[in-house]
Amino acid sequence: MSSQHPEQQADQLPARAEEERHEQPVARLGMFGAKTTGDTSGYGGLVVRQSPKISSPRPYGGPRTTGAEGEFDEIANELERAYPEFGEAIERVVVDRGELTLVIRREHLAQVAQVLRDDPKLRFELCTGVSGVHYPADTGAELHAVYPLLSMTHNRRVRLEVTCPDADPHVPSLVAVYPTNDWHERETYDFFGIVFDGHPALTRIMMPDDWQGHPQRKDYPLGGIPVEYRGAKVPPPDERRSYV
Amino acid sequence: MTATDYDAYGAGEATEGTVYNVNGQDWDQVVEGVATSDEDRMVINMGPQHPSTHGVLRLILTLDGETVDETRLGIGYLHTGIEKNMEYRTWTQGTTFCTRMDYLAPLFNEAAYCLAVEKLLGVTDDVPERAQVIRVMMMEINRISSHLVAIATFGLELGATTVMLNGFIEREYALDIFEMVAGLRMNMAYIRPGGVAQDLPPGAIDKIGDFVKREKHRLKQLRKLLDANPVFVARTKDIAYLDVTGCMALGITGPVLRSAGLPWDLRKTQPYCGYETYEFDVPTQQTCDVYGRYLVRMAEMDESLKIIEQCLDRLSSGSARSGPVMIEDKKIGWPAQLALGPDGMGNSPNHIAHIMGQSMEALIHHFKLVTEGFRVPAGQVYAAVESPRGELGCHAVSDGGTRPYRVHFRDPSFTNLQAAPAMSEGGQVADIIAAVASIDPVMGGVDR
Repeated sequence: MSSQHPEQQADQLPARAEEERHEQPVARLGMFGAKTTGDTSGYGGLVVRQSPKISSPRPYGGPRTTGAEGEFDEIANELERAYPEFGEAIERVVVDRGELTLVIRREHLAQVAQVLRDDPKLRFELCTGVSGVHYPADTGAELHAVYPLLSMTHNRRVRLEVTCPDADPHVPSLVAVYPTNDWHERETYDFFGIVFDGHPALTRIMMPDDWQGHPQRKDYPLGGIPVEYRGAKVPPPDERRSYV
Repeated sequence: MTATDYDAYGAGEATEGTVYNVNGQDWDQVVEGVATSDEDRMVINMGPQHPSTHGVLRLILTLDGETVDETRLGIGYLHTGIEKNMEYRTWTQGTTFCTRMDYLAPLFNEAAYCLAVEKLLGVTDDVPERAQVIRVMMMEINRISSHLVAIATFGLELGATTVMLNGFIEREYALDIFEMVAGLRMNMAYIRPGGVAQDLPPGAIDKIGDFVKREKHRLKQLRKLLDANPVFVARTKDIAYLDVTGCMALGITGPVLRSAGLPWDLRKTQPYCGYETYEFDVPTQQTCDVYGRYLVRMAEMDESLKIIEQCLDRLSSGSARSGPVMIEDKKIGWPAQLALGPDGMGNSPNHIAHIMGQSMEALIHHFKLVTEGFRVPAGQVYAAVESPRGELGCHAVSDGGTRPYRVHFRDPSFTNLQAAPAMSEGGQVADIIAAVASIDPVMGGVDR
């Protein structure tokens, strides 16, 4: 991957060493007849490995600094000071492409967010929503909820990530801390089936109320859903043409 | 009119009281029916096909006379699954989808997405300067055209057709520029990962220069029409109040936030595409009301004109006078230098001659990139731009393949629309129209 661009430095990439990636189990093979997201281009014979679970060591640096103490270390230090259970709450810290991600155990999400919002040294007063991601191959943590936070006071960004298993898709709601997440959490529930405990009215927002399934999960096909008009049916892309 | 005791939609227990189905020309009967009724409050369904709701937005209002007790919003009527669809196409094809989200600001959608893809690739600093200047210029023209529609539809919804006509006439000139440069008036898919689809055609610089000259004059005229218009001021001043605290809690960005006095503009605070090298101001107002939002939008258009002029200088005689408009890396940069033909943008005859007649390597590159696309190293990023409506963020996840694993857009219309109840509850029913119009939601962006 790092050979894509001659000037691309290895340390700019998440997988610092190619080997690190090659150790990962294969998430899917080939593009044709893919059972998850079917490819329609038909070329490549791609081997897609699961992304490695990176855990960045200190110093975390900053958006433009690597290898030295920077903005990200400040955030981590201040959070550690303001939230003594830091070690327990934070599963991993990931610094990648100039962005800081805190992977948080879901039990601690609401408290960590409260501290991040209220502590004057942190002051992440704006949450720009929640984005769900479905990793069917990540056993035990299939569903991820990603919260990008913005501190206007300090002009910084940080990303919170929580995971939950498919079998128990519950994540605490952040609406009490960030009221803006009301619709965002409804959207993520609608599309991924993540249940945000404590949300005031967790109902579907985009799809009709009686819709079956959660459309943006990887096991949900694109198309192929019988529509309600005159029995029409659109076949999914991977069944429309046969190249065999 | 029919007055029935059953719910027209078949779910009997979902409705209490009498349901009136209004079919037009029977308002007298509705008024009579309500006058004799002993219920205090009325639930009114406004939209999704209502001329004043800014698109397919459904408002469910609980009214106590003319006072709004409760506002609820129903959205999702324009959901087209753009995020899901993008997972099935290559990274480059993604621009074609995401440009259709917020259809009044297509270039911002593309820019947010392409900045995210470039960040994932680690090539942010390799995008040629000329491409960045063109991006900035096109985005600012787009900001003007979007704000013009905001003000035009705003006027229309308050009953001022002159404003509507004037706004749309001026927007047409902006769309003419898009057509000349990108080949399409809307949904251009012009900004691509690594640069822009093609260089400016001959004559574009002059045309944009004329546009700037014209708009300077015409925006003044538009202000004369509205700034001190007593009817307009009465309908907008002190209406739909939302202060900084409310904006922060509800995640509101863009002109609504700046009308509350906070000069937060990502172009200044977290610059991208080289915005730090342009001179412009961030206009704010302290009024927190609809009128303030109108003034902010008008002032922003003037600032955009300033930026466009600086771009034109750089493109015609400055540092970005010539050069490539696509990243040099042949493994990422779209190989086909498209050309504008008489029927729009299409394959460049020169490029076809080159790959078919001269260079087998070029043909292979073309074939691989067009059919398979480039691979993006695994990881996730968040990139945000200041769209005409606020922070437009793109959360992109790659699994190392040739297609996005997941793309999520944080559309400002979606977030800002949540403020409608806070702005309108307790006010008059007529002010809801002004409140929603001042948020300027675009339902294509809300529902994606």
